[in-house]
Amino acid sequence: MRYLPLTPHDRRAMLAAIGVRSIDDLFAEVPPAARLAELPDLPRAMGEIEVERRLSQMAAKNLAAGAAPFFLGGGVYRHHVPAAVDYLIQRGEFLTSYTPYQPEIAQGTLQYLFEFQTQVAMLTAMEIANASLYDGATACAEAVMMAGRITRRKKAVVSGGLHPHYREVCETYARFAGFAVAAQAPTPCGAEDLERHIDGETACVVVQNPDFYGELRDYSDLARACHDRGALLVVVVTEIISLGAVRPPGAMDADIVAAEGQSLGNMMNFGGPHLGLFATRERFVRQMPGRLVGETVDADGRRGWVLTLSAREQHIRREKATSNICTNAGLCALAFTIHLALLGEAGLVRLAQLNHAAAVALADRLASLPGVRILNRSFFNEFTVALPRPAGPVVETLAAAGILAGIPLSRFYPGRAELAPLMLVAATETVTEEDMKRLEAGLARVLS
Amino acid sequence: MSEWSRAVSARPAPAGAPPPAATASGNRGLQIEEPLLFEQDGPGRCGVDLPEPAPFHSRLGGLERREPIGLPRLSEPQVVRHFTRLSQKNYAIDSGPYPLGSCTMKHNPRLNEKLARLPGFADLHPLQPLATVQGVLELIDTLAHWLKTLTGMPAIALSPAAGAHGELCGMMAIRAALEARGDRRRRVLVPESAHGTNPATAATCGWSVDPVPANARGRVDLAALRARLADDVAALMLTNPNTCGLFEDEILDIAAAVHEKGAFFYCDGANFNAIIGRVRPADLGIDCIHLNLHKTFSTPHGGGGPGSGPVGLAESLAPFAPLPWLVHGPDGLTLLEQPTGPAARTLGRIKAFHGQVGMFVRALAYMMSHGADGLRQVAEDAVLNANYLRTLLAADLTQAFPGPCMHEALFDDRFLEHTGVTTLDFVKALIDEGYHPMTVYFPLIVHGALLIEPTESESKEELDRFAAVLTALARAARAGDAERFHAAPRLAPRRRLDETLAARRPVLRWRPPPAERPQGA
Repeated sequence: MRYLPLTPHDRRAMLAAIGVRSIDDLFAEVPPAARLAELPDLPRAMGEIEVERRLSQMAAKNLAAGAAPFFLGGGVYRHHVPAAVDYLIQRGEFLTSYTPYQPEIAQGTLQYLFEFQTQVAMLTAMEIANASLYDGATACAEAVMMAGRITRRKKAVVSGGLHPHYREVCETYARFAGFAVAAQAPTPCGAEDLERHIDGETACVVVQNPDFYGELRDYSDLARACHDRGALLVVVVTEIISLGAVRPPGAMDADIVAAEGQSLGNMMNFGGPHLGLFATRERFVRQMPGRLVGETVDADGRRGWVLTLSAREQHIRREKATSNICTNAGLCALAFTIHLALLGEAGLVRLAQLNHAAAVALADRLASLPGVRILNRSFFNEFTVALPRPAGPVVETLAAAGILAGIPLSRFYPGRAELAPLMLVAATETVTEEDMKRLEAGLARVLS
Repeated sequence: MSEWSRAVSARPAPAGAPPPAATASGNRGLQIEEPLLFEQDGPGRCGVDLPEPAPFHSRLGGLERREPIGLPRLSEPQVVRHFTRLSQKNYAIDSGPYPLGSCTMKHNPRLNEKLARLPGFADLHPLQPLATVQGVLELIDTLAHWLKTLTGMPAIALSPAAGAHGELCGMMAIRAALEARGDRRRRVLVPESAHGTNPATAATCGWSVDPVPANARGRVDLAALRARLADDVAALMLTNPNTCGLFEDEILDIAAAVHEKGAFFYCDGANFNAIIGRVRPADLGIDCIHLNLHKTFSTPHGGGGPGSGPVGLAESLAPFAPLPWLVHGPDGLTLLEQPTGPAARTLGRIKAFHGQVGMFVRALAYMMSHGADGLRQVAEDAVLNANYLRTLLAADLTQAFPGPCMHEALFDDRFLEHTGVTTLDFVKALIDEGYHPMTVYFPLIVHGALLIEPTESESKEELDRFAAVLTALARAARAGDAERFHAAPRLAPRRRLDETLAARRPVLRWRPPPAERPQGA
């Protein structure tokens, strides 16, 4: 077996050195009733050629986004990732290292995480950020739990414009933590009075920008209303590239930002791994979940980095920790940091413009089709389209014709008839004019 | 040892003093000092070439970003060089043994990386129509089959994003099952030797945590466990093999005692590598076990993630598995994404979308490469390597508990008594020798613990060299060369870092120097 260096000769010599007759002697403490007499009923070892053939066959049965006009978003976006990103993250020193518990020989990881924390804080216009969480949805649930610790209250008011998966994850975490979630019904691109629901029990209000339906919103007034009543404002961002063009949560006086960072540096990966971003105010730092990297000096006075404030964490505090999280999304954070380093200020702003321009062009095209309406007054790179008939079958029909048109809202809300004609459509810098023409023509054909 | 390091050890610089002027640049050969990205900002530079968009009317609704972001401007060669230099300050499993106990730092095959990047996996959106993603659903279904066969568990939940997330998923399933039978319980029993994630997870699920002591043999004290078991205990969370590297040989009695009180038996599967292919957790009476694909199944740790933590569930817990569910339907594989029909009793969703699919590809490639025979060999070689190392070190280090171990060997710090050298000093000297330290000060029940997990990836020659170095260090400590240990590491990219300073005065991000801040900011 190519991954196992021990030879039969080695094994015999080692057993002799240990002083046992066979490997079974080292498993003697397993109760006899629980010892597997035979090999598990699974295929035997395969060489690289065979494994590659089998998995490639599975991959070939899928319609990859790059092989079709592609317009899906809904919290996962297809962006161009510069070649240098994937090359660099595959350096073995990054790929095959552990959580940086021995900082003297993990300065590479620690420094890029410090850079990552700074980039996230800058993008969101917040004071500080952590070294990542699993994904945007779990970051959102952690934000709600953190708001509970800070305010000592146990209720979250959740906007109907929050990504439904994020809301569901918050509801799951809340259910087991004895937290109440007052989730509002979805009103795509409509108005919503969240202030009305803030009471003396409310730890936080959770909103999203752009919201799930693509609409951009100014939450400054809501932040004021929260703060007047002792609650916090949690702002979720699922398309981090929007912050190259759109006013950031920090400028709206958000208290906690929970975001998905997949758009920078990371592939869609059929939903994971992705990258949870988490930013807040400096004064809340001791209630934050997750790893934090801080600056310090070594014994020679040279600048260096360490994991810090770990008195919040499970390996020190055990049942009193702020979160049970251990492994997070280090390598995805590295990809994010490299992509953003390549973009820089001007590159990110330009990338955001390209996304917005593509979405504006696509919205104008689709709005010209008979019976098709765009619900949004504003949007960044994704918007909600109302069709004259249920969107689910339309999307299926277009997929059969090789066009990945969008996400029907029925995928999230199968029981809500009023949402059935709606679909989310996104356009990023990867979309060409030809792609847009094909979607327009395909949609016209299906709807005619 | 070089003359240079002797000189440094003879005259250790006081903390806060400038670095020894060994070179004009501060660099040392391949170790190149690298400023932060933000300190390399240069106006007019950019690492991408993006076209200018055709003129368009903004639809941002007046919410344009007004203030600059502050991101540094660098060209591609600068960025590549920056991250290459940073990488050279990291130790990695690709560089040498990484014997962190309970972390299973095994070789990460590059075939897995190649396959995970196939566009047919990596370039898929999770909400594409199911007809366009049948191949990846087949991959997920195949992975689930392998994991069910290896664990003996009838159901597997794939959405947890890491081991601790898997624990959370499993404990939520247990709580949902208890609530479904109208049973409200308060306590979860957790051995004192457990990973910190176990008590943290139990607390996250709203339970109080009741520690269970170990016996003199490093296993759960069965009598103490029985004394703590009562009708208000929801579950026992046990790691097996445990964090002392020992198989819980009374596990069948433990399971029976737990079940007798109507509680659930949760197993932390972090150490599954020791028994894969030889023992099925289901046969030990376990109701729920999480696996770490980034430990047992070789997906890269990536400097701290991403991981993946599938959870095996007994029949009693399977109805409560998180969304989505993958099921065989008339039109092929399909996803149940709503709490209706067969998934009506689900505990809910714990993560957006369907799990760490990129990690699934890597783990399945790893399992198919080994096959049933190779996986069993993995467990045997991992256990053999640990015991071989234990034997080589027996004379100079002090084993915490007598007798053979499983996949990791646990030592305490008795061998350092009266030397003035602590466990921490000892392992910092190991860094100077070119090795990554083992896990230290864990498990908490052993004084000054050193937990060594070599994994199956190390050759006999590598183990011989590693043991020789550890032996030499132990003898040096006992010979009174404490200064060498107190000053260590001297040859790493950094010497010991001041963690107290970092926590007392947290600097968690770069900020522009005051002179560069715009007026009024």
